[in-house]
Amino acid sequence: MATATAPAVATGGHEEHRTATGMSNTKLAMWIFLGSECLLFGGLISSYLLYKTRGSGLPVPTDVFDIPFTSVSSFVLLMSSMTMVLALSALRRGDEALSRVWTLATAMLGGVFIGGQVYEFTTFLREGLGFTTNPASSAFFTLTGFHGVHVALGITMLMSTFVMSSKGKLHQEQSETLEIVGLYWHFVDVVWIVLFTVVYLVPA
Amino acid sequence: MAIVEKPLSIGTSEPVLADRPLGVLTRPKGGNGWRDWLSTVDHKKIGIMYGVAAMFFFVVGGSEALLIRSQLAVPNGQVLSADPYNQVYTMHGLTMVFLFVMPLAAAFANYLIPLQIGARDVAFPRLNALSFWIWISGAIFLNSTWLVGGGGADCGWFCYSPNSGVVFSPSHGVDFYAIGLLILGIASLVSAVNLITTVINMRAPGMSWFRVPVFTWMMLVTQFLLLFALPVITVALFFLMFDRLFGSQFFNPDTGADPLLWQHLFWIFGHPEVYIVVLPVFGIFSEIIPTFSRKPLFGYSFVVFSGIAIGFMGWGVWAHHMFVSGIGPVSVAAFSLSTMFIAVPTGVKILNWIATMWGGKIWFATPMLFSVGAVTMFTIGGVSGVTHSLAPVDTQQTDTYYIVAHFHYVMFGAGALGLLGACYFWWPKIFGHMLNERLGKVHFWLATIGMNLTFGPMHILGLQGMSRRIDTYSSGFGFALWNAVATIGAFTIATSLLVFFYNIWKSKKDAPNLPDPGPDPWDARSLEWMLPSPTPEHNFDEVPEINGLDEWWHRKYGYDDDGNVVRIATVEEAAQKGDATNVHLPSPSFWPLVVAIGMPLIGYGLIFNLWLAVPGGLATAGALFAWALEPADDPDAHHGGSHDDHEAPALTGADTNEES
Repeated sequence: MATATAPAVATGGHEEHRTATGMSNTKLAMWIFLGSECLLFGGLISSYLLYKTRGSGLPVPTDVFDIPFTSVSSFVLLMSSMTMVLALSALRRGDEALSRVWTLATAMLGGVFIGGQVYEFTTFLREGLGFTTNPASSAFFTLTGFHGVHVALGITMLMSTFVMSSKGKLHQEQSETLEIVGLYWHFVDVVWIVLFTVVYLVPA
Repeated sequence: MAIVEKPLSIGTSEPVLADRPLGVLTRPKGGNGWRDWLSTVDHKKIGIMYGVAAMFFFVVGGSEALLIRSQLAVPNGQVLSADPYNQVYTMHGLTMVFLFVMPLAAAFANYLIPLQIGARDVAFPRLNALSFWIWISGAIFLNSTWLVGGGGADCGWFCYSPNSGVVFSPSHGVDFYAIGLLILGIASLVSAVNLITTVINMRAPGMSWFRVPVFTWMMLVTQFLLLFALPVITVALFFLMFDRLFGSQFFNPDTGADPLLWQHLFWIFGHPEVYIVVLPVFGIFSEIIPTFSRKPLFGYSFVVFSGIAIGFMGWGVWAHHMFVSGIGPVSVAAFSLSTMFIAVPTGVKILNWIATMWGGKIWFATPMLFSVGAVTMFTIGGVSGVTHSLAPVDTQQTDTYYIVAHFHYVMFGAGALGLLGACYFWWPKIFGHMLNERLGKVHFWLATIGMNLTFGPMHILGLQGMSRRIDTYSSGFGFALWNAVATIGAFTIATSLLVFFYNIWKSKKDAPNLPDPGPDPWDARSLEWMLPSPTPEHNFDEVPEINGLDEWWHRKYGYDDDGNVVRIATVEEAAQKGDATNVHLPSPSFWPLVVAIGMPLIGYGLIFNLWLAVPGGLATAGALFAWALEPADDPDAHHGGSHDDHEAPALTGADTNEES
């Protein structure tokens, strides 16, 4: 029996990891995790849609939206997906320096988006729309706040890969790490596209 | 490059830190002391810890049940007043669902899935340890409300709003409920991602989808249900927490909020949760019944597809919990229909188990008794359940003891009895000795009779109109007899549990004088029985090549020219020896424990004083980075061989099977 069931995974290095699908465990796990995230944002978006007009006489989010401003910050976030792709493509070609530039650009664009969100929130607060004002405002701030936290975590991950690459620990062979960070980043962007359309653009 | 395990926490720093992580904790080397249990990443040890902790919380939840039954034993009971009664039944429900049935199923999932698919460990061993430690810290957090939160949550496990708000529930119990379940949810989510990846990616060569054992299949469906159900309850729990702690308006009807939102979000999670509890025992039945009927499972593909069908349809029935909540006739009709439909795949499975036994040479050992008993109890619970799909009937029975009877037949009759049977079945594999059969049968009969005495009369009480969650009743209502019987039944169940614990102690004491059970005491069918008992640390000497369903059985039996089953190999010939030495195992780590310790601190901080959350947040975040810096495999670990044939340090790998 010992020889009949010849080792299927005698590969020498541990890096060569046989998996039943051919996809690495880490990448598969990220896809599965993102599947779960869909339901998280699904629940948050549904709750907002239920509550968006419930203001009890006080302002609701749709009263105070500044669509041109949010359009600009949405555009910034979308561009960060492009720079993310460029960062991965550079690392895959082995151009680590260029990859770092694009990674940093992605993180900075994300940072600009977060800055825009902070500005937007403080403006809304000045105009009388606080977290505790009414169900509509609670649902709005929770939904966009959860998205903002996701962007912030993405920035943390991007900066970690940036520092890793600067220390010479992220090479062409490990480009999958950056790819997985990218999967998360693109997902967060896609969520924003849905969110911007449903929350900001669809009239009340 | 240690980030492969934890995509969300990518860390960077000096290479020297990889060897001595932050200089705080030296890399544990493994061994047998308590440190080894705290730092283990071995799926088998983690499974055992889940099992032990689940049995502890079974005692906790069972004691709460006995308090409830003592209070209701006679009219105008004086054991508990109304407020503590509310707390006790709420914590009883939470404990039994989240701290007993789910983790005991997780114990078997952890222990068995890698063995059944022919893997060395799960896909992410340290994440597996993280799931366990987060779960246990969440469990302790949830129960600590008795000491520091001013009593338990008092809103029922479903915790409907606005009853859950600060106005009606002013103690911290509901805060502990919300944050405790959030912590437990993180544990289950991590575990779901890990186990799904494991089953999809780590199956042994040749193990195609329709050669995967049914237990693993059902656990896979369960993990998908968790993966998609948990984020929904997470949303609801965050709303509840924000409402109570930060004054948001999600469930405040005065400002226009809709309390039904909570009910929808809760039951979109809550109904799949029912299948999260029963699908693992469906898998257990499908392993035990064929083994003791000496026949292959009847209609393997039907059982698997029914499980998947339940997994999908389980999402379309949640509002049958809300027929009296005012959701409108169209919704009621739609959810009535979908509830009737979901009975079909469930019935298919019951028929398959019966057909498996039909014509088999049935051996009524203790595991088989438990499985047959549990299938029978489940049939009763299922039939009383499907009657609730008729909305008028449901309207009559909502919030009566009839509902309590129904779901206890499912949760205890199928869930708990099925899992206890699984303990008897897999005990020799896990601990290397059998449990006493005679005591096992006493346990089974006491538990089965006890549960029917407890929950059977509740059908009658419900039809008589006894309201559930009521803390007492007057003598003139005619409830006294059946309540007394139910209380006797509850203490019978408690006695059966004592017999089980005595059996565990006695079997261990007697084990040295009894014959060694060997790898395969039940003449079973799936791969875990190919390994010595108890399972060696590295699982498989060589990863087996899979040629069909019930691979292990086909290595023992073949067919002669007339098509009769003949033995072709003894267990000793076919089983693995467990003596491989050159196996590279994932190294233990303390970081999952540290990450988990931070979480309840954050919880206490949110409730009492935000400054408390700072050390918790620092511990969790810091440990995540330290974890990321630590290689999955300790480059200094010895594994009998040299690193000549491959590059060290290793990237990761629980399933590498090197021949160095």
